[in-house]
Amino acid sequence: MTDMTLTVNGREHVVTVEDRTLLVHLLRDQLRLTGAHVGCDTSQCGACTVHVDGKAVKSCTMLAVQAQGCEILTIEGLAQGRELHPMQAAFHEHHGLQCGFCTPGMIMMALDIARRHPSPDAATVRAELEGNLCRCTGYHNIVKAVVAGAQRMGEPA
Amino acid sequence: MTAMTAPMGKFGQSVKRVEDSRLITGNGRYVDDLVLPGQTHAAFVRSAYAHARIGAIDVSAAAAMPGVVKILTGQDLVDGGLFALPSGWGLTSIDGTPARVGVHHALAVDTVRFVGEPVALVIAETRGQARDAADSVFVEYEELPAVVDMVAALGPDAPQLHPDIPENRAFTWDIGNAEEADAAFARATRRVSIELRNNRLVPNAMEPRAINAEWRAYDGSMTIHLTHQNPIGMRVLFMMLLGLESENHLRVVSPDVGGGFGSKAPAYAEELAVAFAARAVGRPVKWTAERTESFLTDAHGRDHVTRAELAMDDHGRFLGLKVHTLANLGGYISTSNALVVSYMYATMLCGQYAIPAVHAVVEGVYTNTCPVDAYRGAGRPEAAYVIERLAHLAAREIGVDQAEIRRRNFVRAFPHQTPLVYCYDSGDYEGCLDAALRLADYQGFEQRRAEARARGKLRGIGLSAYVEACGIGPSKLLASLGGGGNMWESCEIRVQPAGSVEVLTGAHNHGQGHQTVYAQIISERFGIPMDRITVVQGDTDRIQAGTGTYGSRASVGLSAAVKSCEKIIEKGRQIVGYMLGIDPGAVDFADGIYTSAATNQTVAFTEMVHAAHAATQFPTDQLEPGLVATSFFDPPNFTYPAGVHVCEVEIDPETGVTEVVAFNAADDFGNVANPLIVEGQVHGGLTQGIAQALWENAVYDPDSAQLMTASYMDYGMPRADSLPEFGLAFWPSPTPVNPLGMKGCGEAGAIGSPPAVINAVCDALGIAHVDMPASPEKIWRLCQERQEAL
Ligand code: FES
Ligand code: FES
Repeated sequence: MTDMTLTVNGREHVVTVEDRTLLVHLLRDQLRLTGAHVGCDTSQCGACTVHVDGKAVKSCTMLAVQAQGCEILTIEGLAQGRELHPMQAAFHEHHGLQCGFCTPGMIMMALDIARRHPSPDAATVRAELEGNLCRCTGYHNIVKAVVAGAQRMGEPA
Repeated sequence: MTAMTAPMGKFGQSVKRVEDSRLITGNGRYVDDLVLPGQTHAAFVRSAYAHARIGAIDVSAAAAMPGVVKILTGQDLVDGGLFALPSGWGLTSIDGTPARVGVHHALAVDTVRFVGEPVALVIAETRGQARDAADSVFVEYEELPAVVDMVAALGPDAPQLHPDIPENRAFTWDIGNAEEADAAFARATRRVSIELRNNRLVPNAMEPRAINAEWRAYDGSMTIHLTHQNPIGMRVLFMMLLGLESENHLRVVSPDVGGGFGSKAPAYAEELAVAFAARAVGRPVKWTAERTESFLTDAHGRDHVTRAELAMDDHGRFLGLKVHTLANLGGYISTSNALVVSYMYATMLCGQYAIPAVHAVVEGVYTNTCPVDAYRGAGRPEAAYVIERLAHLAAREIGVDQAEIRRRNFVRAFPHQTPLVYCYDSGDYEGCLDAALRLADYQGFEQRRAEARARGKLRGIGLSAYVEACGIGPSKLLASLGGGGNMWESCEIRVQPAGSVEVLTGAHNHGQGHQTVYAQIISERFGIPMDRITVVQGDTDRIQAGTGTYGSRASVGLSAAVKSCEKIIEKGRQIVGYMLGIDPGAVDFADGIYTSAATNQTVAFTEMVHAAHAATQFPTDQLEPGLVATSFFDPPNFTYPAGVHVCEVEIDPETGVTEVVAFNAADDFGNVANPLIVEGQVHGGLTQGIAQALWENAVYDPDSAQLMTASYMDYGMPRADSLPEFGLAFWPSPTPVNPLGMKGCGEAGAIGSPPAVINAVCDALGIAHVDMPASPEKIWRLCQERQEAL
């Protein structure tokens, strides 16, 4: 068991975790932020994607203790009350989700794509989403949503 | 204010989904998100062998480990009175004997029959502790020879999986008329034949299977939170299998469900064992599958080996069809599989063509593999693949264009009674074909082929004209074919005093956008904004009657909703009659307003609602207060969505890589309630079908029967970067079988696309056939052969 401190969605948490605990399990089981999902056991589906110090990370690839002192942003930290983040709004507008299970990971990854490619084309988005699996949508509308969301993020508010 | 600005629903409009807000903000509630007071966790001990006799099970070391609450074995479950899992469909063999169903215990009792079959269950305080202890349960196995291949399984030297089932043959079933088919073949001057394999798929809903079961000893009742497509059906089944006193002693809740595709429709061994365990330990028990467990045990899809032959005249007119299919059942018959491999499959073998004489035989074969069941199309993709591959070969044989051979054989008059039970209700197959060809610029293809050749690529085009059967019903027909459950759907509409509406449906939404489409349709009918309408589903404490969601059944549930709307509107008419002192027959209703043409008086829908609840303006001994209506809709026939898919591929002969460079589809879904949602459903289905044709394949080692493709590293999941943009068009022929004219769309993409892709690959290479998946290795070898032949 290890004591650690981390900031999640702007709030500091002091927690005690089993050494083998993965970051995704700390978020889901201890902090009860269940937006990040576990979709695989080989770090390939991306359903667990969150931001660690500003970068998209599959939270199942990291031990919780490795996040000591880090700033974590999860899907729950994006919207301000009823006001959606532009990327969330784009997923809604373009029907970028069906069952919604892959969606939090997709959106967190999309933000990372937008950070690195301010106005990405569809091919770039497709290549960048290679590590996020969706079984429902066939990706078509997800790609549209990410392109549109990134565009909107670049526009003055 | 919101009431003024909230959108009014309208049938046929691309209304954005109302269910999105919780899902895009991380507020979806899936089963694994739930933690109950006193929660314990389960982990399974699974067989590493495909076929073995179970010897001693030593749980002593595991039982002493920290946090362990209880360990259960198969024998414990049998001793505790738990029933075995049933086959939900009674199939009769040609010789009149019933299908032979191997006993399927929730935890294997003396024999394991596939890798990953659960043998014991550990319940502990934490997930980690349960997992640790499961690894310390020692099971003695006496390994037996295993069989994966169906032909081998039927042979004399094969190991027999179930004691009373010789040759591992569960049934030999047929449909159609063998004599007529023989006569047609005798008359025919041309024929084509094919041997093909429909590759086994792993469903891979992104949310793994999960259950959280709690037992209340004080009244002998249980609540099961279950990620499932049909919670109401599961309540009856689990009640019986667990031996609970009545339906009222079991509540099943399926909250947000992260994809189903058929794989969350069966009753599973693990879930049944966990429910039993919750009663045994008297505390809530939760289990969520790890992805490897999903690969090993989620009921797989497809896995047919088929021989088929098509008889024609000199003009390529189809005269007769003979099909023989071996259907791999896996180690046991999963809940709906006997239906899927028979009536869901063979009834669709004529496709869009008028073929007068057909005979099909299906043999169900046990092998040491994961059980198979309904998956994304469930039998219909397998049928479309057979007939559409044959149609492609027929065009080659006769020497006509792919589109022309189809045109010559299309069903043209509706209703059309096929020789295989079904009666197609409506359609315009040729119109749909033309729409697809326009969309794909079929005319311009040869130019694109030549241009590709100049770049060193082999370009091919493939067509597929599919038809499927959706909105399963009526109940009576299904029962006559061997069905064990009702096929109607229910809908209760409750209009509340302040004017908001609660809709209770037995259908289950797990990505299909039901919440939106129900709200759209009811909003339009009542003339109230969509945000006043809430859809309640997936909880048997709230909804008592229903059938769940599979087989593109939305049209059935929505038809029940329409009936309930009509009842509410009609009761409103009576109330308004009293309010205005006129004959209810003289009251009109449109756009949310009741009007009396005679007196020009109006009453808004919401005013009527207040009056219904206040119950002061009408005599309550003649008209009951309140505003609730319940309806059941049993469809008079199936619906038959159809369409034409056109695929273009480019093959790199140097690498064998096939790229889908264009994919266009024109579909007849009847009336489309919400094009945005329907297109999304099609995209998903097309992706599945393309992936089946090119990448996906569940591979078992032929000797050890180990699943070689049990993770995302080994299994060919489609990814965002491997797919083209899709071109879609609707070519609707509304169905007369339900009040909305809807046919269903959930599975069409996965049904029509695999043959379109393979036909394109065959066209590119100029070959007769290649089995799915058309992997780079296979294609590269074919290219090499082609090179040598030149
Ligand atoms: S759960 Fe982290 S990548 Fe799948
Ligand atoms: S929306 Fe269901 S997995 Fe992506």
